[in-house]
Amino acid sequence: MKRRSFLKGTVASSMLGAAASAGLLTPQSVLAAWPKAAFEAKTVDGGMEAALGSSSVSESGDIKIKAPDIAENGAVVPITISTSIPDVDAIAVFIEKNPVPIACSYDLGATTKGFVSCRVKMGKTSDLIAVVRSGGKLYSAKKMVKVTIGGCGG
Amino acid sequence: MNRLLLITAAVGALCAVPLASQASPEEDLKAFQAYFQERFPNVPFEDFANGVYAIDKASREQWEAIEEFPPYEIAIEEGEEMFNTPFKNGKTYASCFRNGGIGVKGDYPYYDTEKGRVETLASAINECRTKNGEKPLKYKKGKLASLVAYMAYTTRGQIVDIKIPFDQRARDAYEAGKHFYYARRGQLNMSCAHCHIDNAGNKIRADLLSPALGHPTHFPVYRSKWGNLGTLHRRFAGCNKQVRAMPFKAQSEQYRNLEYFMTYMSNGLPWNGPGARK
Amino acid sequence: MAKKKIRIRAKMKGDVTEVKALMSHPMETGLRKNKKTGEKIPAHFIQEVTCEHKGKQVIVAHWGVAISKNPYLAFKFTGAAKGDTVKISWNDNKGESASAEAKIG
Repeated sequence: MKRRSFLKGTVASSMLGAAASAGLLTPQSVLAAWPKAAFEAKTVDGGMEAALGSSSVSESGDIKIKAPDIAENGAVVPITISTSIPDVDAIAVFIEKNPVPIACSYDLGATTKGFVSCRVKMGKTSDLIAVVRSGGKLYSAKKMVKVTIGGCGG
Repeated sequence: MNRLLLITAAVGALCAVPLASQASPEEDLKAFQAYFQERFPNVPFEDFANGVYAIDKASREQWEAIEEFPPYEIAIEEGEEMFNTPFKNGKTYASCFRNGGIGVKGDYPYYDTEKGRVETLASAINECRTKNGEKPLKYKKGKLASLVAYMAYTTRGQIVDIKIPFDQRARDAYEAGKHFYYARRGQLNMSCAHCHIDNAGNKIRADLLSPALGHPTHFPVYRSKWGNLGTLHRRFAGCNKQVRAMPFKAQSEQYRNLEYFMTYMSNGLPWNGPGARK
Repeated sequence: MAKKKIRIRAKMKGDVTEVKALMSHPMETGLRKNKKTGEKIPAHFIQEVTCEHKGKQVIVAHWGVAISKNPYLAFKFTGAAKGDTVKISWNDNKGESASAEAKIG
């Protein structure tokens, strides 16, 4: 896994700096700093490259996306990504039709499971794409989530 | 529907008519609840307290995901802290309520025969504040909503049991609330009943209409749409605006009477606030 | 009035620790306009969330504006035991930060 320079963002470096000086971080356990380029990329491939180091990905049936078929409210869509692929060290979630597709990415520690749950904003009906990285390779799955304009409560 | 006709006919015979010759609230209640149980035969009675999630599996799953760690917990904490913080004069909210204010949301709304009006928890909170030299809070969201959320939380599990005393004024308030519910309003010329009784379970564009039975039990609510917690009267105003009617003020007589009628109609259901909605 | 910025629930399920966290944050996208002034409300969002256990980073989350307001995060890991402490910290694009600890139950 490439170690990114953490001197770039002042916020990231100050947090890591404080942690490093407190003796909490060793070079092996330091995980990457906030990938600014990923959160500016306007395409899924661009976001993947910037966040995970590559856009070369193969579809996998071993990644489960739990997300509603029709979102009750696009501002709060609860999702859970889980995978049985072993030794996953990163997970990223993309919402294809959002202005910036990458919603989040996670660097996982050595004993952390390939599982993450969060709540995302979706601007409109879109594919939700989950990408996991294991052994330097990327695997993905996708699910279409519909976002509608409410009639009254929405 | 014969039962619905019974209620709508009663609406015609209002305030000036002596108590004895009106359809009683008890009769209204039976008809009202029976209507929903017939319309949604697979919903266990207590589940109506969960609103639209009692009648739609897909949205229920999303709601359950949110309930794993609901955003209204933030408001409950805020409310608890406020509740336990003394006023400038040293007294606390506990001094204004039965049982130190714990588990008392079910006492409201009630008809205050001394004051001659429906008293709600929100207005009782502000009365407590002004009585103790503090400024009243705004009724729709923010600090007061958080306080109500905490008090709703300590009341969870109790059963809704609103009373209508045998007093003409209390009956008039109930009837006024009932009339409001069934009266058309706004540019869209629709009543609450059109959506939440006649069309409960049907879609209005992309939204599923929730049944009126159980509406007040889970307030205040954190709505994804609002991004924060809001009170019942905030929702009343929103609903009125949605049929393009001028909303009334939170804690106005109209909304207090409406709350009185609506909550009485949910008698027997569990109090389960605060809630999370879309 | 002190407001808790991070709420944590950490539980053992067999040998797996399940952690759930709810955070208070506006997660402002920077795309919304102030209705009164017409000006864009500046972006204000959590960029990183880190969970530490015994000095090791269990997870580092990189977030953008597409994460919902008052965000939620759940994850699982092994190698911890009941009574251990987990610490969750976040920092945002304005340089603000918060952290909280919880015992695994």
